[in-house]
Amino acid sequence: MSNELDYLSRRVAAGKLSRRDFLGRAAALGISAPFANSLLSSAARAAGPVKGGTLKAGLVGGESTNSLDPALMMTQVPFAFGKCWGEMIVELSPDGKLENRIAEEIGASDDAKTWTLKIRDGIEFHNGKTVTAEDVAATLERHSDEKSKSGALGYMKGIDTIKASGKEVVLTLKEPNADLPYLLSDYHLIVQPNGGKDKPDAGISAGPYKVKVNEPGVRHVGERFANYWQGDKMGHADQVEVVVINDATARTAALQGGQVNMINRVEPKIVDLIKRVPGVTIRNHSGPGHYVFIMHCNTAPFDNNDLRMALKLAINREEMLNKVLRGYGSLGNDFPINASYPLFTEIEQRKYDPDKAKFHYKKSGHDGSILLRTSDVAFPGAVDAAQLYQQSAAKAGIKLEIKREPGDGYWNEVWNKQPFCASYWGGRSTQDQMYSTAYLSSADWNDTRFKRPDFDKMVLAARAELDEAKRKQMYHDMAVMVRDEGGLILPMFNQFIDATGAKVAGWVDDPHQELCNGYALAKCWLEA
Amino acid sequence: MSSPIVKLMAQRIALGILLLLAVSVLIFAGTQILPGDVAQAILGQSATPESLANLREQLGLNQPAYIRYFHWLGGVLTGDLGTAMSSGQDIATSIKDRLWNTLFLAFWAAIVAIPLAITLGLIAVRYRNGWIDKLISGLALASTSFPEFFIGYLLVFYFAVQHQWFPAISTVYEGMPPGERIQAIALPAAALTLVVLAHMMRMTRAAILNVMQSAYVETAELKGLSAFAVIRKHAFPNAIAPIINVVMLNLAYLVVGVVVVEVIFVYPGMGQYLVDHVTKRDVPVVQAVGLIFAAVYISLNIIADIAAIVANPRLRHPK
Repeated sequence: MSNELDYLSRRVAAGKLSRRDFLGRAAALGISAPFANSLLSSAARAAGPVKGGTLKAGLVGGESTNSLDPALMMTQVPFAFGKCWGEMIVELSPDGKLENRIAEEIGASDDAKTWTLKIRDGIEFHNGKTVTAEDVAATLERHSDEKSKSGALGYMKGIDTIKASGKEVVLTLKEPNADLPYLLSDYHLIVQPNGGKDKPDAGISAGPYKVKVNEPGVRHVGERFANYWQGDKMGHADQVEVVVINDATARTAALQGGQVNMINRVEPKIVDLIKRVPGVTIRNHSGPGHYVFIMHCNTAPFDNNDLRMALKLAINREEMLNKVLRGYGSLGNDFPINASYPLFTEIEQRKYDPDKAKFHYKKSGHDGSILLRTSDVAFPGAVDAAQLYQQSAAKAGIKLEIKREPGDGYWNEVWNKQPFCASYWGGRSTQDQMYSTAYLSSADWNDTRFKRPDFDKMVLAARAELDEAKRKQMYHDMAVMVRDEGGLILPMFNQFIDATGAKVAGWVDDPHQELCNGYALAKCWLEA
Repeated sequence: MSSPIVKLMAQRIALGILLLLAVSVLIFAGTQILPGDVAQAILGQSATPESLANLREQLGLNQPAYIRYFHWLGGVLTGDLGTAMSSGQDIATSIKDRLWNTLFLAFWAAIVAIPLAITLGLIAVRYRNGWIDKLISGLALASTSFPEFFIGYLLVFYFAVQHQWFPAISTVYEGMPPGERIQAIALPAAALTLVVLAHMMRMTRAAILNVMQSAYVETAELKGLSAFAVIRKHAFPNAIAPIINVVMLNLAYLVVGVVVVEVIFVYPGMGQYLVDHVTKRDVPVVQAVGLIFAAVYISLNIIADIAAIVANPRLRHPK
């Protein structure tokens, strides 16, 4: 039976059998549609990519204020288009390993303080110039400059000196960091001629597509770069196009009407409806992104660990996951790490326990209602989630008062300012990055005001540790500390939910970010 | 007869310019009292105190407000709208394409909506209180009562998703073939038409009915003219002033009020541009767009006034 299907799927890939006939045959053999679809896509991958055509994506997260300057990229559209035209020093592969790009080899000194990047030969920028060690060094300099507005500045600040010599770039760090190569995969660090110091928004790098049209907030078009250094792996379509569609209904309609081949951020509540549309495939997979309620550990009444514990026990995670995310996510456990991180270890799952919550609440001595601020922009469904929380907490005798804040200005006026509010994190590629960004005492984005010198020491020690088993244990201990004493309530990790239309092949599930870590346009192709 | 008209026109235009100046002060003052500032909005969730300070200085946000106002006004008078703070792009260049797109959409919506509305209005008057009148009024009122986004989604669902006759999104770009461009804007133009149709139709009907009460219409009827001839020759010309007024008002709406429709159809016009920059506190862009919108309103109103004066000799001689 499976031989027959294998044979048939290869015939589809070769264009000798229609997809519809194949699915009909598979159904007759009692094979479910998702499985038959996955057979098809693996057959299509095995048959090899098809060159040509225009691949279009309709994406939320673009504004007319966007710029091609990689340092200023913040939202999904510049991120996804950046992966089309930009080339990275190093990238994370879908299985969580490091994939060398412009760097051919990365070596560290034993103390993880000095790092040497060997630059690959023969990579060409879109303007015809060859990529040199100086360009890479200049890129890192620009993003690590104290005055830079770069989104990567937070991690790049740890770099002390950058020197280019011959084919090598040598970095010395202020503190040892075993994760440096992971930091270099940050999507802001697109290598530009002279680091983009002359004209940061010129849109010139060494990626598979050249920028052809750049109309921020409307559309971006890339044309295949003929001299791309690994043209067999990426850049299959002749042209890629990102159309900015911020309205969710319009985005789905564009996919159904065939104006675009893929969309991002399908709302969980309509996934089941979209699944019924012929030709449309839902691409959902888990990642490190999570939805949270954050308490400031240094502000009353949240400076009391019993109260924090009571609030953590008073949330019904299963219910929230089912009702807000419709199951498209996984349970959180009050620390910001899940299985998508390489050094993750399981910790006992915290459950909804009104009695225990009541006990801790009494012990905290707090009385009266607690104000929780939320907003539509905190995360999709944040207002509903807050209301569910209010109900589950009420059963534990805790009175939550919900305040719905306007979306406009939420990130300036509420998040990281008010003591208790809803928010989200996109996650990071390593545990060190996540903890350094939001849980170190000195972190700018320490939005739970978790200031613990003992914890800081653990972060720094783990960063310098090269023995993996020891590091795993250290991260385990840190997670337990955040979980039991921190100000983070993490009910759920969300999934990325993208969707593709008919004929799109070559999709690779990638746990790091939506749209195959942004590479969907570069890696997918249109079946003939 | 020319001198009073010219004098009146000059007066209206001068008043319009004064009004525009007053609006510019209001716009500038309004943008100053928004909470937060552009530097913070640009950096958003990733703002750190150092990067905020750097960006504020770079953007010149440290100068007092009145200096920035006169600086801005001087620029506008010389055709320089400045650069967008958030993206560093020249505002005049970005607005040019967007304004053209918005006018293009408004033009096609108007081409369909205005003759249709006036004709339907005339028909409704001809068959007043009969079933045709009730049907026209009912349908027009229904289409106006639905919110724009609902009409938009209905059109998308039926014509783009179910039948795929028109694209669901209306992205237009430079160098697009005219045929494709018109096909791309068919659905938003239809949505806008449905939104403005009823208002114009009802006003046309009301204005003509008002005139129909007059003695000279009765005389015309007694002369034995057909009902259509009475409306065409005697009633319509005398109702033209209020009709022009409502048409201009709706034209202005087609230019400045299309934000929702533009967002639904992903149409790269002024509305979307404004919305993006308001959320970023990009003051220069908000000011520029606000001023252009105000200018559109004021000039269309002046045109309506002047047309009314030309059409009705009595208005030329104030009592």
